Amino acid sequence: MENPIIELHGLTKYYGTVKAVDNLSLKIGKGEIFGLLGPNGAGKTTTILMMLGLAEPSEGQAMVCGINATRHPIDVRRKVGYLPDSAGFYDNMSALDNLMYIGRLNGIPEKEIVSRARSTMEMVGLGGEMHKKAGAYSRGMKQRLGLADLLIRKPAVMILDEPTLGIDPSGIRDFLHLIRQLSRQEELTVILSSHHLHQMQQICDRVGIFVEGRLLAEGNMETLSRSLFGKDSFAVEITVREPLPAAEQLEQQLLQLNGVTGVGIDAATVALSCHTDITPDIVRLFVQNGLNVTGVHKKEYGLDEIYHRFFENNVKKESFQWQVH
Amino acid sequence: MAGSLAYFNNFLSKQPALSSFGVMVRKEVGDHIRSWRFIVMLLLILFTFAGTMYVSLSNLGQVARNFNDPDHDFIYLKLLTTSDNSLPTFHIFISFLGPLLGIALGFDAINAEKNNGTLVRLLAQPVYRDSLLLAKCYAALLIVGTLFLSLVLLMIGAGLILTGVPMEATELYRILTFVVLSVLYVGFWLSLSICLSVAFRHAATSAITAIGIWLFFTVFYQIIVNMIVRAILPDPASLQAEQVIAYNNLLLSFLRVAPSQLYTDAATTLLMPSVRSLGPLTMEQMAGAIPTPLPFKESLMIVWPQVTGLVAASTVCFAGAYYMFMRREIRT
Repeated sequence: MENPIIELHGLTKYYGTVKAVDNLSLKIGKGEIFGLLGPNGAGKTTTILMMLGLAEPSEGQAMVCGINATRHPIDVRRKVGYLPDSAGFYDNMSALDNLMYIGRLNGIPEKEIVSRARSTMEMVGLGGEMHKKAGAYSRGMKQRLGLADLLIRKPAVMILDEPTLGIDPSGIRDFLHLIRQLSRQEELTVILSSHHLHQMQQICDRVGIFVEGRLLAEGNMETLSRSLFGKDSFAVEITVREPLPAAEQLEQQLLQLNGVTGVGIDAATVALSCHTDITPDIVRLFVQNGLNVTGVHKKEYGLDEIYHRFFENNVKKESFQWQVH
Repeated sequence: MAGSLAYFNNFLSKQPALSSFGVMVRKEVGDHIRSWRFIVMLLLILFTFAGTMYVSLSNLGQVARNFNDPDHDFIYLKLLTTSDNSLPTFHIFISFLGPLLGIALGFDAINAEKNNGTLVRLLAQPVYRDSLLLAKCYAALLIVGTLFLSLVLLMIGAGLILTGVPMEATELYRILTFVVLSVLYVGFWLSLSICLSVAFRHAATSAITAIGIWLFFTVFYQIIVNMIVRAILPDPASLQAEQVIAYNNLLLSFLRVAPSQLYTDAATTLLMPSVRSLGPLTMEQMAGAIPTPLPFKESLMIVWPQVTGLVAASTVCFAGAYYMFMRREIRT
């Protein structure tokens, strides 16, 4: 990658004897939307705090915009906006005042501050509610206000920690859309952390998967799922109305289809795994056999499967190493 | 002429962006004056002030004609110290309302921000951590200072209108020093409560702890010290005069661990110019002394240890807060 904006070299953080982040190295390019994906307690927030100089790494270093975040935290925070998960606002102040306070702390001149705060509020779609007290804001509105809080500073990098937590589905879609749009408009680098694979899929250019403080894989969605699930990356489940009369025969026929790698039959449902998407062919075969198909379900892999798959792989590797020794 | 005016206009219109410290102080002051707890404390102090002023004004004539009192000329100091025993004087009131004021302004300085989730957002801005702590402390002291200063200025104005007696410079110095001393005293309790607000996660815990410390020093400390001294001390009848004095001084030193004792000692000396010592004096020391008021500088010399003690105690508390806060990892 040419001149990455964020470079992490061997970043490690211990809390007592627990390793929260384990020898993490990562590069993120300018204008990229990067997703940190992992279960709770995987070390995502700790990594983010180290990037901002709010936590000291035990080993390694974090370079953000070419600045060492541990040594010069103030300079880094001038360029990086951070929205914590559960960001709070001063409830007794209006949303606009909250925003102007942050603007002033960032040294925006007094003359510009009102106009800039207003235009930022319009940008995130809170133009009509900017004089309401922040305490009266809903969770989704607070999240938008948090975004405004980042944008008023015109950062080079935005880091959002669990930004979709606690917002309703349509709110999440709008919010992610807004982030993507802004990132594209202003060529902002965005780092998002989440434990929802599907939401990350919607907007991220690249995703890194964290488990127990380690970055297990990184890449865009396709390469990631290909590397994870290898040949059987598609799974289809078909339900028929009556229990299958000749299960063995059907299984033979299905296995002859090009691309099918495994078949499992259980009374009235058939589960197939295949390396290309051949759902139409499978359904056609069922219909030709005179079976009454009531449901076709194409299984998508969630984060659960990814974690499982990773743990399985790790266990296998370890046991393999044991055998070698 | 036009040139200099233009220069002046230019100077006025050029509003430099405030430093982050200035911005924080501005916001904190705004928060405090709008908060209910400050309004309640303000009303409490205003009422006691009005009450003590009423009592001292109604007794002022009698006090000013008491020629046996070397301080009878200092009308304005008398305004602050006269009482007919129906109500304590103003500085006694401050000695126990001051701590409450300090605690009210500081007990949730850091932990409320942390619990609201504003602390981590604030620290993610390009600001130094110590400016936050300093701003919290400075803003509260600014308010307290303004409050006390306007109260005594009001008192001086009222005194001037009612009595028509011009004020002497030494009285003004003494009263202004009294204001500084009172702010310092409140500052001690403020920095103690800020320290507790860093140490404890919940605002209620830090408030209760601060009030506990205050109650201990105002009520129980004297009782405990007296009890221990009475148990340990030999019978005064069997002691020589110097030994009694030495024990007395020891007792006083222990009592002076309490900040309220330091404050009342210092305030009394400043407001009553004829007070020459805060401990017992021997006959030899008193021999040849004329009962006259001390000059301002001498009174200041007497209270200097007290002032130093208060400043030192506040610094220790603030340094504790600083030490705990600076390298702590803030997460939600």
